[in-house]
Amino acid sequence: MDFLLASVSDGLLIGFIYGIAAMGLSLIFGVMDVINLAHGPIIALGMFSIYLLFSILGLHPYIGLIIVAAAGLLLGMIIYAIVVRRVIDGPHLSTLLATFSVNMIIIGLGTAAFSTAPYNIEFSLGRFSIGPVTFIVTRVIGALAAILVTAGLYYFLYKSRPGRYIRAVANNKAAAELVGVPSNLILALSFGLGTMLAALAGGLIATFFPFTILAGGTYELKSFVIVVLGGLGDPIGALVGGLILGLIEGIIPTFMETTWVPVVEFVMFVMILLVRPSGLFGAKQ
Amino acid sequence: MKNWQKYLGLLISLLAVAFFAVWPLATGKPADREVAFTILKAIALAASLNVILGYTGYVSFGHIVFFGLGGYIGFYLISEQGWSLYLSMAAGGLISGLFAYLLGKAILRLRGAYFALATIGVNQAVLAFITNFDPLGGPIGMTMNFKIYQDYGGAAEALQLVFYLTIVITLITIIVSYLVRTSKYGLGLLAIREDEDAAEVMGVVASNAKTWAYVISAIFPGIIGVLFFFKNGNIEPHPAFPLHTSIELIVMVMLGGQGTVFGPILGATAYQRMRGLLVTSPIFKNIQLSVAGLLLLIIVLFIPAGVVGWIRNRFPNTRRILQ
Repeated sequence: MDFLLASVSDGLLIGFIYGIAAMGLSLIFGVMDVINLAHGPIIALGMFSIYLLFSILGLHPYIGLIIVAAAGLLLGMIIYAIVVRRVIDGPHLSTLLATFSVNMIIIGLGTAAFSTAPYNIEFSLGRFSIGPVTFIVTRVIGALAAILVTAGLYYFLYKSRPGRYIRAVANNKAAAELVGVPSNLILALSFGLGTMLAALAGGLIATFFPFTILAGGTYELKSFVIVVLGGLGDPIGALVGGLILGLIEGIIPTFMETTWVPVVEFVMFVMILLVRPSGLFGAKQ
Repeated sequence: MKNWQKYLGLLISLLAVAFFAVWPLATGKPADREVAFTILKAIALAASLNVILGYTGYVSFGHIVFFGLGGYIGFYLISEQGWSLYLSMAAGGLISGLFAYLLGKAILRLRGAYFALATIGVNQAVLAFITNFDPLGGPIGMTMNFKIYQDYGGAAEALQLVFYLTIVITLITIIVSYLVRTSKYGLGLLAIREDEDAAEVMGVVASNAKTWAYVISAIFPGIIGVLFFFKNGNIEPHPAFPLHTSIELIVMVMLGGQGTVFGPILGATAYQRMRGLLVTSPIFKNIQLSVAGLLLLIIVLFIPAGVVGWIRNRFPNTRRILQ
């Protein structure tokens, strides 16, 4: 029982971070119908940015996250302007391959710079216990940061003018253009926000897990599963999906081998796509 | 109109493949044979992917799952059950085809990005399952007993035999690809690619046509998988189901020209040669992936029809000979 509690709370804490990684993917899909296959490498870039800022400049990781967020936003807008903008109205194959080419470019350069060896950040804030469960402080802060980011994203999407524009373009691009929304700029902003969330998730993960330049791929695949769980294009569904995935990862090891986790995850992924492609909570199509 | 001219498109494609069969035999160097083997394998995989991707318009990111599945089945039958290589090839191809049939019935209902995502999921699910499945060696995979090669006259002879068989399978893949492209059935697939709903209205039974296209595209990777891992001598989960290779295959098909017979041959050859050059070049060795990515980006942005598609559009006279 104690093991179950510990395992589940661990799973839920990491689930929040899975959630914001998936939220980035989901936002981009929801607004422009693009599946961003460069998501994983951007998560990895977030990890390595925190590593470089912390290990070389000695910057506190949580301050580094602000820089990572700004850089992620900028990088996303650049990727949009150079790559995505030209293929956005094309068939799905074009957008998938265009974003995948960005993936290859980043991974190629990253491998040349960092090799594929594991890195980690010598950073710890200790741990504390509540009853039988021990919490690692960096993970708790990670989860809190994820909640904060989600709240911020919601405030932005529903209360600010650019946020309303994003929702308008997602809803009907042509109509939004007719009433004067600068759709290209808004699409670039959405793509930037999506990559910012990915970079942030990577940065948070780097504060408590070791990582390689290829590590983003695992989180990208998890993001796919989560996005499908929560409904493609629904950011809050992504957070709930992240928690469900974290919960599953917490519960499964209590009664079977940990190595079975991906089998369950991906079978579930294909099943949900087949039975309920709109996600478990039925986002509007 | 002479009759043989009708088959000029097929002939050119077959000659291109035959070149890679003759070249290493002419030079007699084992290293050349290995290069030719890699290219032939890429051609067979890309040409088979083209049936579902290029003709039918369904983007499969998990084509390599059939290669790994066939490889595992063949390896198990040869190494653990003592079957002959030929029977195992047949079994690998048939079971891959059967798997594609059942899978296709389910996931080909999904369209566009949903189908692409599902194929990624299937590949990862099979990979994760095999990693946990102890009868097939689990995470460490299986290793071939060296004695088995004695049945084929020794390891060197076995390698030579695998090379000949790969040539035959690649030629058959191209012929099948050509037959599908030029048949009425293939016309139905192309109609599905252009507009699935309109195709159904015109009398194409889309669900059956798609499923059979998927089966055809799965059989050849299954057989190639058996040959590759028999030659390799061991099989492990990650080398058998590399998601990355799936996407490289899409790059090859796109590079050459999706939906054409000759395109995948050209694309696979060019991509493999380029990779070989980049890996051995001192400047690009470390960033060969980036260079390949940049190349893909340029194709997607500027020549989405691929090289063969571009030539066909630019010079309509070539359409008869470049199919």
